[in-house]
Amino acid sequence: MTYFDVLSPGLLSTLQDGGRFGYEDKGVPPSGVLDELSFAIANALVGNHPGTGAIEFTLTGPSLRLCGDGYCFFSVTGDFSATLNDAPCATYQNHRMHPGDILSIQRVISGARGYLSISGGFAVPPVLGSVSTLMRAQLGGVNGHPLRKGDRLPVAPQRHSVCHGVRAERILPQMEKRAVRVVWGPQDDYFGDEARASFLTQTYTLSPQCDRMGYRLKGSPLAHVKGFNIISDAICAGSIQIPGDGQPIVAMNDRQTTGGYPKIATVIRADLARLGQMKPGDPIRFEAVSVEKAEDLWQGRQKILAQKLATLNKKVLAACP
Amino acid sequence: MADNSVRWEFQPVADQAVNIDFGELIDEEINLRITSLAAAINNKRLTGVTACIPTYRSLTVAYDSALVRQSHLIERLKELITTVKTETKTRKCWYLPVCYGGKYGVDLPASAQTLALSPDELIRLHTATCYRIYMIGFMPGFAYLGGLDARLHIPRRTAPRQSVPAGSISIGGIQTAVGSVAAPSGWHLLGQTPVKSFDPLREQPFLFTAGEYIEFVPIKENEYVKLADDRGYMPDWNLRA
Repeated sequence: MTYFDVLSPGLLSTLQDGGRFGYEDKGVPPSGVLDELSFAIANALVGNHPGTGAIEFTLTGPSLRLCGDGYCFFSVTGDFSATLNDAPCATYQNHRMHPGDILSIQRVISGARGYLSISGGFAVPPVLGSVSTLMRAQLGGVNGHPLRKGDRLPVAPQRHSVCHGVRAERILPQMEKRAVRVVWGPQDDYFGDEARASFLTQTYTLSPQCDRMGYRLKGSPLAHVKGFNIISDAICAGSIQIPGDGQPIVAMNDRQTTGGYPKIATVIRADLARLGQMKPGDPIRFEAVSVEKAEDLWQGRQKILAQKLATLNKKVLAACP
Repeated sequence: MADNSVRWEFQPVADQAVNIDFGELIDEEINLRITSLAAAINNKRLTGVTACIPTYRSLTVAYDSALVRQSHLIERLKELITTVKTETKTRKCWYLPVCYGGKYGVDLPASAQTLALSPDELIRLHTATCYRIYMIGFMPGFAYLGGLDARLHIPRRTAPRQSVPAGSISIGGIQTAVGSVAAPSGWHLLGQTPVKSFDPLREQPFLFTAGEYIEFVPIKENEYVKLADDRGYMPDWNLRA
């Protein structure tokens, strides 16, 4: 049996995959990776099916020792520095790791999150079809909690051989410095023209209360014209709630599925990965677009990503000497 | 009630979902329409639809814009809304055992005092209603119930508790609820049920569905302990028209 021994867990490292879908009507948020771009590249680099569970780490990465009797391939994405047995180890490239080797991922350089994928994935039992950790309900991952020192993470058997030393293009969502795009609603009618204008013209700051559930923003407060309570309805990823104090809360992947504050706008899908790379203190501005424009942006981005991943897959899975 | 008398409005949730909003009110007829519509959409397996989330007074239909455009999805949904008949089929009514008061319901005495009732009278009123499950949300398996007796309407706690136990039975505002997993709460704790409304290891992880009913049945502490120890225990239910 091959497994990783967690020497240090980093600041917040959880096992995540594409998400736990189909249970939102039962109160279960989808969870899943906050930056699906970096996650997709990490998996492609080790020849995994898209959506195979990886370790998502935040601001400071984990240190892990490979134990047991087999080797594995790994890749690290996100803007972090890493070492393999104390020697620098390039990110956005796949490497082979042998029993006894120690991989240490250090502090973030830019952005907030990184991903560690291994060939074959981690052998953790899925809960409701996903290995994603939902800490609040203690579901998935390693007994529902973030990685801890001393945890053992079993490695699943490899499906095929992988060419190592393959590099991928560094796509860092945080490098795009433009405003985060939103679509108005569903409850923008709870705000007057002045509040709506203020929402789009001011630069907010991400407060220290930023986690996988939601990001609290700081700025000049927005006034409600119809009170700040609605009869609870559904909350989606990127929903921007405005509670009584007028300071926005952006719902993220581990959000509660329903909530009772009016939602002024919703972040478009193509910009969610960028949101996932934000951290406390970061500035954020919003720009309103139409639904059609948001759909075009998402379709365009998915097409380009699919092409890049197909090219990468060919290189990784090509017959190796 | 004629189906066409109900008004609704489509609201975009960016390029991820469309909200069908039936107005700012809690009404059994409207909720019935929403749960019926949710069931119809799930049965139709509309292209690109990834989730259907019914709430008190709205239905959020999530979709993948790589598979269907929102404008097209709205056309399909309009057809369904105007043709779907409100389900009149019988639904399960669960008889949920609850141990009231003591360490299981720490707020029972204070709540009774606020409401100018004796604790026994409060329990009698709370167990006298057959509640409709309006929605499941907030936490996995957490059931929001409607129909709380007006004599039990009570403001929420000024400071929410960081965590209340799994299975908490509580009241807050005009609502009552069945808790699932341990969670923060600003509601008043009346009691606890040994029934797990969510158990990821059970063949049916979720016990309740929006549109079903719940009646609370008071039990003694020794019975609570016995039932809580029985992993396979499931509450009784009947069909209700």
